[in-house]
Amino acid sequence: MPIGLIGRKIGMTHVYDDDGRFLPVTVVRAGPCYVTQLKDLARDGYQAVQIGFEETREELISGAEQGHLGSLPALRHLREYRTEDSELSVGDEITVDSFEVGQRLTVSGTSKGKGFAGVMKRHGFRGGPRTHGQSDRERAPGSIGAGNTPGRVFKGTRMAGRLGGGRVTRKKVEIVRIDADKNVLLLKGAVPGHSGGLVMLNEERGN
Amino acid sequence: MSTTLIEEINNEALKTDIPNFSSGDTVRVHVKVREGDRERIQVFEGIVIKRRGSGIRETYTVRRVSHGVGVERCFQLHSPFVENIEVIRQGRTRRSKLYYLRGRQGRAARVRERSRS
Repeated sequence: MPIGLIGRKIGMTHVYDDDGRFLPVTVVRAGPCYVTQLKDLARDGYQAVQIGFEETREELISGAEQGHLGSLPALRHLREYRTEDSELSVGDEITVDSFEVGQRLTVSGTSKGKGFAGVMKRHGFRGGPRTHGQSDRERAPGSIGAGNTPGRVFKGTRMAGRLGGGRVTRKKVEIVRIDADKNVLLLKGAVPGHSGGLVMLNEERGN
Repeated sequence: MSTTLIEEINNEALKTDIPNFSSGDTVRVHVKVREGDRERIQVFEGIVIKRRGSGIRETYTVRRVSHGVGVERCFQLHSPFVENIEVIRQGRTRRSKLYYLRGRQGRAARVRERSRS
């Protein structure tokens, strides 16, 4: 039964594991989450588990949200993840105890916004030559198409534009350490988004 | 609160028994070496030519000339593989990175001793 959890990225540091390896880790405070709704085929057209994260004051959430949560504590964030076989029921509490060290997770978050980015940063273009009498070409995109034929720029041509600030998913992120008392996970490597950002943690599907 | 959580995690791994030493000092580093399932201590002695980084990420590089070949080893200051660091001699240097020692041999590659104060 795959389990998902909502967490908050705290930041990054390094840690020595039991073999003495020096690992870069992301600290994530995850859960406790409560199951707030089960979506089923008959009523919703798909199967999913909706979970809530971070208790807050009752007056900070809308009346509709209060009604939706019922007797559960006021929760600031609701997210859902799709799963076919869930043995959870509404009101269940999920914590980091559901995971184990060494397990691999799928981690999703909102990436850091980069604003209007040029073509080198956004698409990895190489830019122009820096010497040999060039001017104003260092980060230029180069040609964006032919001349009179076709007489237009093809759709989807990679150009400068908004970068970041979108949903990014990293798969097979290893759990290095679990601190159940503090609801903290240490994940190997980086995780999408800025420190303090919300991240969704899911068990790997199909492994 | 968020920074303290990271500090807490770091503090667990930080060593508190590290002697004061800096570039130019001669140190003896006792390194744990794992051979199969046996563990033994290997000693690496040389001059510290740099220290860099801070906190859990701090490292230092020790240089020695072994059989006429210059050998440099970088260690993490808080590495669990380092059993002990002995400061043999304190050197007086005018810079913090002693890269100039790499181009020198014998008498020219010496570092003046610091008179203990």
